[in-house]
Amino acid sequence: MSEETKEPLFSPKNKKLISEPININNPVTIQVLGICSALAVTVQIDNALIMSIAVMAVLVIGNVLVSLMRNAIPSKIRIIVQLVVVAALVIIVSEILKAFVYDVSKQLSVFVGLIITNCIIMGRLEAFAMGNKPWASVLDGLGNGFGYGLVLVIVAFFKEVFGSGTITIPGFEKFHVIPQAFYDMGYENNGLMLLPPSSLIIVAVYIWVQKLKNPELIDEQGS
Amino acid sequence: MAINRDSNVYTLSFAAIMVVLVGGLLAFVSLSLKPIQKANQTNEKMQNILQAIGIEETATVSRDEAGTIFNDYVKRRITINYNGKILSDLAVNDPIKPQDKLDAFNIDIRKEYSKYIKPIMNANKGNDEKIKSELAGNENIHFPLFICENNGKKYMVTSCSGKGLWDDIWGYIGFESDGKTISGAIFDHKGETPGLGSVITEDWFEKQFRSKSIDENGYTAIQVLKPGKNLDNHQVDGISGATFTGVGVDEMMGRSMEVYYNFVKSNPEILN
Repeated sequence: MSEETKEPLFSPKNKKLISEPININNPVTIQVLGICSALAVTVQIDNALIMSIAVMAVLVIGNVLVSLMRNAIPSKIRIIVQLVVVAALVIIVSEILKAFVYDVSKQLSVFVGLIITNCIIMGRLEAFAMGNKPWASVLDGLGNGFGYGLVLVIVAFFKEVFGSGTITIPGFEKFHVIPQAFYDMGYENNGLMLLPPSSLIIVAVYIWVQKLKNPELIDEQGS
Repeated sequence: MAINRDSNVYTLSFAAIMVVLVGGLLAFVSLSLKPIQKANQTNEKMQNILQAIGIEETATVSRDEAGTIFNDYVKRRITINYNGKILSDLAVNDPIKPQDKLDAFNIDIRKEYSKYIKPIMNANKGNDEKIKSELAGNENIHFPLFICENNGKKYMVTSCSGKGLWDDIWGYIGFESDGKTISGAIFDHKGETPGLGSVITEDWFEKQFRSKSIDENGYTAIQVLKPGKNLDNHQVDGISGATFTGVGVDEMMGRSMEVYYNFVKSNPEILN
């Protein structure tokens, strides 16, 4: 039995692979990757949730495949190989959605295809899976996928509550969270919250709160 | 024997093998899932047509059920052209054959718009008379029409398609047996903004069209107004924040319903 195989499945180092991207190394708020879809698919919580799951699935499987092939991929065309792996996975996900959860695929429409362009996926394949073992890559994919999904769902929550006054959870009816009495008193849903610019504001507030809680994340003055 | 991974031969053969493998895999997935996807689309179309009738029996039909009860309600499938000429007229006993392109059920209303109608409208922007005469002169444009029956009462389900803010929008509009009063409306879209333009698929928007009329001493188009105005019998509330989607609904209904209106006027026996 060699030295490497003795490392337990959930060693502190491996746990970190999951916990860091969720908070102090979040792909969206700290690395500022995947912002495009964070702006676009956050109008309703259900869309954000399904998008997160799809991205996580593509990220984990893509990480594993690239990690398995990492010693065989010619370095000259490694980016192209990664792209092909991601594109193939996304097309398969999209076809499966169309066949088995038709309504969901209709709602996500063009965004499923856009998973290919999500910078997080290419970023993790190139930065992590190319140099690490499959199991570590699975955890890295899970962690980053979860970190991405967390931000998406939180942003979607604020956008939907203040933009439409509802909460949509997949499989359930829409919940109206703002009582009718508020509307009778003159309260109105804020249309701006449904548009992409408001996501930037919410993401910025998120980053602010996150840095407030983790002072070590704050950049040195003047750097 | 050690392989030189930086050699051109290795790189090229890796790329070639990868492309063949991935291509084969994708072709396999696509082919094996196609029948299920096709069934989903067919059932969804049937569901839309059934719901557009606007009767209680079909209001909540699920996508899977739609296929089994479609023939209980839809009794005749007619395809007409812009001038009201009947191109195909099939009864309930005629099965829907995918290769029969003129069968009203097989008419792809989105394609009718993007392939034939949109180029004419873009070429003659602002010149409504010219658009109309060109549309009338084009033999390729088909308008599907479904005659439905429930408890001895006849209904007619028509369709329309056009452009929203981002992409295609389309709808199925049901009429009472007078051919003028709307009994139900179902809209759908490809890529309107979720929460704004996509609201055209919601109940409150679609229900507004019920019992509106397209007749007032001749054809009168249904108008989608900015929300909050006083509405007459030909007007509905639009969606705030989704003006262009509303304009699209307004335009496609105005353009398409006129064809059906004229058709019923010259063929009143069809709904008796």
